[in-house]
Amino acid sequence: MNPVILNKVAKHYRLDSVDVPALADINLEIHPQRFTVLSGPSGSGKTTLLNLIGCVDRPDSGEIIVAGEPVLALKDDALSDFRARRIGFIFQNFNLLPVLSAYENVEYPLLLNKTPPKQRRERVLSLLDAVGLADRARNRPGQLSGGQRQRVAIARALATEPTLVLADEPTANLDSHTGDAIIQLMRKMQRELKVTFVFSSHDPQVLAEADDVVSIRDGRITEIRRQEDVQ
Amino acid sequence: MNTFKLALRNLLRNHRRSLTTLLAMTIGAVSILLFGGYARNINYGLQTGYVQHSGHLQIQHKDYFLYGSGNPAAYGIRNYQHVIEVVKNDPVLAPMLTVVTPVLSLGGIGGNFAAGVSRTVVGSGVLVDDQNRMRLWNDYDFPLHPKKLALTGTAPDSAVIGTGVARVLQLCGPLKVKNCPQAQVAVASGADAPSDIAALSDQERVQDAAPTDTSPRIELLAANAHGAPNVASLKVVKAESQGVKEFDDLYVGLHLPQAQRLVYGAEQPQATAIAIQLKHTSQIPAATARLDALLGTTLKSEPLEVHDYATLNPSYGQITGMFSAIFGFIAILIGAIVLFTVGNTMSMAVVERTVEIGTLRAIGLRRGGIRRLFVTEGLLLGAIGAVLGVLVSLALAYLVNHGGLTWTPPGNSDPVPLTVRVWGEVPMIIGTAIGLMVVAVISAWWPARRAAKLEIVEALRHV
Repeated sequence: MNPVILNKVAKHYRLDSVDVPALADINLEIHPQRFTVLSGPSGSGKTTLLNLIGCVDRPDSGEIIVAGEPVLALKDDALSDFRARRIGFIFQNFNLLPVLSAYENVEYPLLLNKTPPKQRRERVLSLLDAVGLADRARNRPGQLSGGQRQRVAIARALATEPTLVLADEPTANLDSHTGDAIIQLMRKMQRELKVTFVFSSHDPQVLAEADDVVSIRDGRITEIRRQEDVQ
Repeated sequence: MNTFKLALRNLLRNHRRSLTTLLAMTIGAVSILLFGGYARNINYGLQTGYVQHSGHLQIQHKDYFLYGSGNPAAYGIRNYQHVIEVVKNDPVLAPMLTVVTPVLSLGGIGGNFAAGVSRTVVGSGVLVDDQNRMRLWNDYDFPLHPKKLALTGTAPDSAVIGTGVARVLQLCGPLKVKNCPQAQVAVASGADAPSDIAALSDQERVQDAAPTDTSPRIELLAANAHGAPNVASLKVVKAESQGVKEFDDLYVGLHLPQAQRLVYGAEQPQATAIAIQLKHTSQIPAATARLDALLGTTLKSEPLEVHDYATLNPSYGQITGMFSAIFGFIAILIGAIVLFTVGNTMSMAVVERTVEIGTLRAIGLRRGGIRRLFVTEGLLLGAIGAVLGVLVSLALAYLVNHGGLTWTPPGNSDPVPLTVRVWGEVPMIIGTAIGLMVVAVISAWWPARRAAKLEIVEALRHV
């Protein structure tokens, strides 16, 4: 089953008294355990599409099914619980909680999911080890470099073993060397944990690593290239 | 990482703002507690004064309180000694009692006939030893050094008068009363005392006065039980200020047997009140209930009733009521300040942490979780502010109480130590602390609600 299915999804924003179309007639299926990139120029609708897939925004029309669940039918609390269980987020600005240590940031989604303490600890330590930050577990985000913060964010996104990880321009605030390392890390984690990753990016490094590339322009999907197609 | 811990860390994140808010709350709590402690002290001080002078309760003839104060003959308690015995020996009341003593109040005319002056007075006949024991009552541990009654150890015909009485009767000189200006205008002398009154006075004087005694004397004229005039010649041993001018201008204190002889002559002596002092003020309801039961059964031969000190001294309720009103006014003002201070702090926190709110919501925290987080921060501010406020109040109260400051309360003639009663006032401390926390939670509620209602996408986009 495909982890994400979008049927005839449309979304517009209202700026002052003007309707601005953000997405129109989006039909898309994200294949499981793939590294999918939403690509397009600024303002093309990548982030809006990612927000809809991540259930943090609602479309004006259409249908969205994530992990088999028609998410538009869920009420706010149920949707929050669904996100906590099924979706991991990686943000462009890392968005770690500054008052929590690296360990606590990774632990937080597990607390929301009410994971038992012993299991929680094992999971956090294993993820911090996997992203190469086992020795920085007690450091707060302010004591970490940009690359290290994004590694913590990756570990946090994977903490609850989600069906889907969404990353909005995850390398945009990193230098090319660090960005490349982060992409490699995400690729490695995606393969090892068999998780579906969806990015929004126009970074060539990210595009080069993608299994599938969904091109968007002016709120419409212009092309879907899947690795099988490329090969 | 539970909500409480996260809220605490969020507060510590911006120490300067949190400290400013805590300072406002602490000053608020200190203001409330210090004024509350002062008002409490006034309350206890007044209560102590009333209880030391007239007891917690008084048994009086029915309607004496309303109609009988000038008429001891009609409203006296005939079998007062029997009543006292019954009260003292009652198994329920006995453990609560410290003193049970009769008092006779009478109205009359005090005269210094030698100087040709007189004035209306109110005499109070007491048993000196009982009154001295009553003055030892100090249930609230005031730093008091009770003075014995000036009548202590004096002859049966002795009297103590208010300085106002001494002034009018031109006795300031012989009694060495300070600050006692003499009238500049000559007082017009009235007609001489009627011959029969003058004869009575002379008779008393001849009977009682020791030939070598040089103490000034006054004549106290009162109506006896049959309405006829009677005179007692009293040796004035001292003039004492009574605090309130109206009372000071009227007061004549004398030994109970002397007062009884003046009013009742050779007939059965009576008392106008039986003052009952209890070990603790909190025993008043139980003691009153028991006394009412006794008055309705064992002591029902006479129409008697019981009044407590608050009823007997209406100014007590007025003064404590006034302080309660001021306290309430201050508490409301402080509450409003805290409300806006915490509300402002939390509103700023919501704006500054908008992206964090979006992040928390995105990774699965419910709206209720966001609301809980900010309300917990408000609660913590309230709790820490309250604890600091209580500690600072206790420290300041200690300094005030040991600073040697004094003041003269209304109705007192002598200055008393200025004390602020915070330590041990558990209900006031807990009430203030809970009040502050409730106000802090209420003021955090609105920003918390606004934070919870933020749209995730908008919050994540916030710059």
